[in-house]
Amino acid sequence: MIHQYKLNGYNIVLDTYSGGVHAVDDLSYDIIGLMDKGIDREEIKKKMLNKYEGLKDSDLEETFGEIDNLIENGLLFTEDNFKGQNLDLKKRDSVIKALCLHVAHTCNLNCEYCFAGQGKYHGEDAIMSFEVGKQALDFLVKNSGTRKNLEVDFFGGEPLVNFDVVKQLVAYARSIEKENNKHFRFTLTTNGVLLDDDVIDFLNKEMNNVVLSLDGRKEVNDAKRKRLDGTGSYDIIVPKFQNFVKKRGNKEYYMRGTFTRNNLDFTNDIFHMLDLGFKELSMEPVVSKPDTEYSLREEDLDTIYEQYEILAKEIIKRRRQGNPFTFYHYMIDLSGGPCIYKRITGCGSGTEYLAVTPNGDFYPCHQFVGDKKFLMGNVRDGITNTKLRDEFKLCNVYSRKECENCWAKLYCSGGCAANSYHTTGSINGVYEYGCKLFKKRIECAIMVKIAEAMDELEEEEK
Amino acid sequence: MKRIVTLNLEESK
Repeated sequence: MIHQYKLNGYNIVLDTYSGGVHAVDDLSYDIIGLMDKGIDREEIKKKMLNKYEGLKDSDLEETFGEIDNLIENGLLFTEDNFKGQNLDLKKRDSVIKALCLHVAHTCNLNCEYCFAGQGKYHGEDAIMSFEVGKQALDFLVKNSGTRKNLEVDFFGGEPLVNFDVVKQLVAYARSIEKENNKHFRFTLTTNGVLLDDDVIDFLNKEMNNVVLSLDGRKEVNDAKRKRLDGTGSYDIIVPKFQNFVKKRGNKEYYMRGTFTRNNLDFTNDIFHMLDLGFKELSMEPVVSKPDTEYSLREEDLDTIYEQYEILAKEIIKRRRQGNPFTFYHYMIDLSGGPCIYKRITGCGSGTEYLAVTPNGDFYPCHQFVGDKKFLMGNVRDGITNTKLRDEFKLCNVYSRKECENCWAKLYCSGGCAANSYHTTGSINGVYEYGCKLFKKRIECAIMVKIAEAMDELEEEEK
Repeated sequence: MKRIVTLNLEESK
């Protein structure tokens, strides 16, 4: 299967099953498209000679030669040799390698679009005790098999509301690393309200990555990210984030914004974050019930696509000017990216990755927390709902009929089970709106990589 | 100048 598209002056051909990425000239682009339709070579030659004035037979032979070379090397028109792989997925060992610790089901902000309902996950205010967190870490170590790298996200609500327990849990995890031959990678997501110098120093020492929530321009941020008294949060959090990033040095962080129908010009929010001095950025489409006034709609798609293109071109422009920034979804690693097993199975929710509530209950991921149908067990008894775990084991790109003929399936791994469930009622469903946005982002991300590669080629030729 | 510039999942199996 192949996918062809034109973007920013590049003709791009993707080969789904090999992962091949090709930038081609106009003639090759047309020929590959006709070959994909099953048209024979003599017919293609006739069509091309009609279309391109002055085209010679030698041009056609040369082009077919390059295309044949790609086919022979397994980089074009490859077949799906992976489909049967997923039959063994249920037999996979049940190895856990990541936990999302909900250390606080409470929040000091009241953001309008929060999927967790002011951080409470549609329940009561709750705080995780050290004892529950310790049991969760012990469970992770015990159930991680031979995995060395273990991940723990501190999440909420607002995790810094329970900062003392975060510190205790990190210290405990560090104390058991060596004897168990494990390495913990910690991340934390914060709204920034409680960031002070002590917190910043701790995060910079212990956290591999920190996610900072900000929606961009003051009026955009403050329309949705409000304090409990109804006023906006921008003036409080921006100076704290700037202080944090200044002290962060080269360690990873990223700003995570959410855009809604109220700011479809969201690239202006990204550019505003750049003006504030932030360089590692993400901006996510809101996922909400269709009847909310800020929910994204079908008629917004063209505007959003255009915004993603503007952003891709800006990334190229600023890199060429020596002033680069990153956009989370465009940081694609073509040569060092994940293997086919990872691409088929995706995020590992409910199997490799679990969310832990303040009282120690397990859920498949943070977006299922609070929905009792998805309760999987707890830190004391382990996984008790093995039937649900097996359902998640089989939830992958090949379990969705809609993905069968999709060129992007090995980039998205079948999408997000939580989004699928919340929009279709099934974890094996497909959140179509999210698919459309994902495909556009991947097209842009690959175009950015092609621009980089072509720039390098030009430099070499000089 | 080549007409096609190429920037492996099968091998990753």
